[in-house]
Amino acid sequence: MKIAILSGKGGTGKTTVATSLVASLPACQYIDCDVEEPNGYIFLNPEVTNTIAVNVRVPKVDQDKCSGCGSCAEACQFNALAVVKDKVLVFPEICHHCGACLLACPEGAISEIDREIGVVEANADNTFLQGRLNIGEPLSIPVIQQLKKHLHGELPIILDCPPGASCAVVQSIEDCDYCILVAEPTPFGLHDLQIAVRLVKLMQIPCGVVSNKATPGNNTIQDFCAEHELELLMEIPFSREIAAAYSRGILPVTTCPEWQEKFCALYQKVEKGAQK
Amino acid sequence: MKQIAFVSGKGGTGKSTLVSSLSLLVTDKMLADCDVDAPNLHLLVAGNVIKEDYFFGAKEAIINAEKCQQCGLCSETCRFGAISDELEIIPLKCEGCGACVLVCPHEAIRLEEVKTGRTYLTNTTQGTFSHALLDIGAEGSGRLVTEVKKNILESYKQEKWLLIDGSPGIGCVVIASITGSDAVVAVTEPTKSGVSDLERVLGVAHHFQIPSFVCINKYNLNLEITAQLEEYCQLHNCPVIGKIPFDESIVAALQAGKTPVEAGNNKVTQEIIQLWQRLTAALAEEEPLLTSIGEEG
Repeated sequence: MKIAILSGKGGTGKTTVATSLVASLPACQYIDCDVEEPNGYIFLNPEVTNTIAVNVRVPKVDQDKCSGCGSCAEACQFNALAVVKDKVLVFPEICHHCGACLLACPEGAISEIDREIGVVEANADNTFLQGRLNIGEPLSIPVIQQLKKHLHGELPIILDCPPGASCAVVQSIEDCDYCILVAEPTPFGLHDLQIAVRLVKLMQIPCGVVSNKATPGNNTIQDFCAEHELELLMEIPFSREIAAAYSRGILPVTTCPEWQEKFCALYQKVEKGAQK
Repeated sequence: MKQIAFVSGKGGTGKSTLVSSLSLLVTDKMLADCDVDAPNLHLLVAGNVIKEDYFFGAKEAIINAEKCQQCGLCSETCRFGAISDELEIIPLKCEGCGACVLVCPHEAIRLEEVKTGRTYLTNTTQGTFSHALLDIGAEGSGRLVTEVKKNILESYKQEKWLLIDGSPGIGCVVIASITGSDAVVAVTEPTKSGVSDLERVLGVAHHFQIPSFVCINKYNLNLEITAQLEEYCQLHNCPVIGKIPFDESIVAALQAGKTPVEAGNNKVTQEIIQLWQRLTAALAEEEPLLTSIGEEG
């Protein structure tokens, strides 16, 4: 069972929901796919014992063999190669590691070398995993791909996704059995929830909504769920206490057993929803 | 014109709230929302759309079934798993790299430009405003951000400022947002996550040699962490130019789709005015470093 937690808009409470679920379940694997800004570790306090480098393959040009013909630069769709004065310049940060330049070179002058763009970190029993993109690197996808190679075979898997709805989110939720969409009842939360719902529907993954920072009398999220026949899985009220505890890295489930029960109930609803 | 990019690392710290508030307070400026996969500023800054375009920001492989001899070389070559065993392109996975085109012995594959989003240029009472919306699950968000900035720069009419609302994170979209900016303002909050994410996003600004400033939003939510943030910023030469209090009236204003300034919160409005004064004073003092780093992702 693979459950992805996403939101569209940032700061709506993805990590709060994901790590609360983890803290409420007897056993599971947590994977922080927000490799640009991983935060789950703050709440789960894992002991990271394994660090694996994430390498990508980037071109290296053998200047002795290179004729300066420019076929590689012409083939590259990402402008990661340029020919200046018969010499090939490589811009490794914007390389997408597709290997087209290698195929295009008529002289066999291009080989590939490893380049580290981030790391995957895990605890001893692999129940906590996170990715970390290096500062200044634009492409997060290879780090997410590397993370997803370590999925646990038996335990439930909780994937904490990046914000937005671009390729990094697609990569994170691919092959998941269920998506929990976390939304807040503001016009912005609603706007970005609509985007997230369209993405999840496009990928044909069952989903439900958790309304966070809910205030009495504001039915923005409820109305949207009713209109689009989405299950409203849970409501977390807007509370200064929850916000203040969050600021110190403390989850509502650790201070209040009632929340633990609610998150267990959330998991059961998700299990049912995934089978539909 | 000076370009100021508002970023945060962590999402939901208040970038759009701050930029929309400034849009009401700062005169002689243009606006751009570079958060293309979850844009929000257009909900707060309304006006007449004067230009709307499709944006073709990626390519996708197309297989000509008549020419295809089912050899499978393309599928073997593709590093993104974008060609199925039945030799069909899976659009969500195709990067448009063209490796399959190069290996196909029967010239059965070509690359085609695909629409990846829509761009909008809007006339508002607060100035010209550029934003875009990435298609669901589309590639090339960094390129779309570059297009948003190109659109706003093309309609430049001697304005003094360009306020750029960035996206969360530190990757291609953020790099494209801050490229060419004169200053970065990182909006953070006094939470453990906020601290962690601020350090990383300031690292990116530093990497591209752009002067950075910090705004601590909801500062009184945790005074201890606020003090930590201030110490960190001082140590790393990123002046804290504003501290906005946590206030339930802001929450209520945002739920109603209004900026704190429109909602008439005087304390918050005064703090935002001072933030802008401190920023402009700092920028006037020293000629900021100009960068010309091209990034795409």
